[in-house]
Amino acid sequence: MSRPSRLIDENGKRVDGRRPDELRPIKMEVGVLDKSDGSAYVEFGGTKVIAAVFGPREAHPRHLALPDRAILNCRYHMTSFSVEERKPLGMTRREIELSKVIREALETVAFLEEFPRAAIDVYVEVVQADGGTRTAGLTAASLALADAGIPMADLIAAVAVGKVDGQLVLDLCDLEDKYGEADMPVAMAPRFNSIVMLQLNGRMTVEEFKKGLALAKKGIEVIYRLQREALKKKFSEISPEEV
Amino acid sequence: MALAPKKDLTAKIMRNKIYNLLLQDRRIDGRKPIDLRPIKIETGLLSKAEGSALVSMGSTKILTGIKVEVGAPFPDRPDEGTFTVNAELLPLASASFEPGPPDERGIELARVVDRSLREGGVLDLKRLCLVEGEKVYVLFIDIYVLDYDGNYFDPSLISALAALATVKIPRYEVADGKLQKTGEYFTPEIRSLPFTVMVGVIGEKFLLDPQLEEEKVLDVSLVMGADEKGNITCVQKNSPGQVPLDIMDSIVDVVIEKTGEIRRKFLQEVPVKLAGSP
Repeated sequence: MSRPSRLIDENGKRVDGRRPDELRPIKMEVGVLDKSDGSAYVEFGGTKVIAAVFGPREAHPRHLALPDRAILNCRYHMTSFSVEERKPLGMTRREIELSKVIREALETVAFLEEFPRAAIDVYVEVVQADGGTRTAGLTAASLALADAGIPMADLIAAVAVGKVDGQLVLDLCDLEDKYGEADMPVAMAPRFNSIVMLQLNGRMTVEEFKKGLALAKKGIEVIYRLQREALKKKFSEISPEEV
Repeated sequence: MALAPKKDLTAKIMRNKIYNLLLQDRRIDGRKPIDLRPIKIETGLLSKAEGSALVSMGSTKILTGIKVEVGAPFPDRPDEGTFTVNAELLPLASASFEPGPPDERGIELARVVDRSLREGGVLDLKRLCLVEGEKVYVLFIDIYVLDYDGNYFDPSLISALAALATVKIPRYEVADGKLQKTGEYFTPEIRSLPFTVMVGVIGEKFLLDPQLEEEKVLDVSLVMGADEKGNITCVQKNSPGQVPLDIMDSIVDVVIEKTGEIRRKFLQEVPVKLAGSP
């Protein structure tokens, strides 16, 4: 994939035809896997992610258990075929870092003190990567936690904002992430108007940074609504006999 | 697998004290909320490493060394030298650090410093090319946390920059397709000086450059960087917790001011060859 001559055309449209403040088509489904306690599938354009939750269950090894709350483990992982050039097996440094920031975002909203000595394991698998995998992964992981019945203060919705050809754009695709000037993944707990994940790779002016956060918030409100709809859809479909 | 780190339960007793002091614009070590600890920078301490720097911020101490090798460029950037950043939280730095390969904290630290250097465009990597497509300089920037009294991010970036600004890279000449050392050395120009400031939030208040006692009781912390033009160059929220959206604006403004303060100190202490200067 080489750099297109421009990332924004004369009509102000992006490489995939979107307006700067437009999200990609989003698909969300809750309860996609049978054996996990909670799961969700999330698609942002070409980015496809599955998240699953196991637990609360006994912590292993036992000495890691905490007396006052559950431990939350998280693994963000990309399948080897999710990217242009095959990703070697095993965890890269990038995946280890992203596992940490995703886990810290989830820890912020999950009521872990409800489950002392237990463990909650969150697995995020990126099936296809087209930009914004950590934000789609976190969006899916918070749905999977809700699906598993883990009490949470709020859902987490996440999206990246970035700067391409000098302009702020919402929900970067892979090309924009690679060839743009900045990429800023943001996750919020909308009920608290607070940030639960924030990273910036690239350069932005102070004004762009502040506007970028506002733009992210706009996208996050839409994603948050879709998340609640996806959860309601699953649970409205369960018949009373199944309960 | 990432594991949730254990929280120090005794530290909770400190939280109220630190928060109540913050309400009066004070801190346990007498600093104002936005004061940084004193920064000390020493460079060129080691002879085996082509570049080195020892930086302390309060009693947090970081040692960075740079080793230079000749290697192959990345296929998509055949005319650019490369660098990698590694960071280790040494077991001698804290009772909470354990021996072994870098854990997620070390990896996060390395990647935050790497992003700051790379996205900040600190080095002109094209100048580190020897034979296009074949031979380039490869810089290994290795950061060791020697003494951990909170906030290893800011001094790590300072030490990486100080080591880079003073690194002595052997010159080579190309003869019959072979590389030969000329016996001379050069120091690459520094194109930009991005620095970070760690911000700790407690309630609706925030402080900068937390020392360990403070870091333990923060509700949440962020590392935020800015360059000399006032651009934000790097952000990493590095702990669980929520940052209220309404305090972000004031945090950004303070970060710009305080990274400027670190930059002035750096320019006083380190003989840096800035691009564009005579």
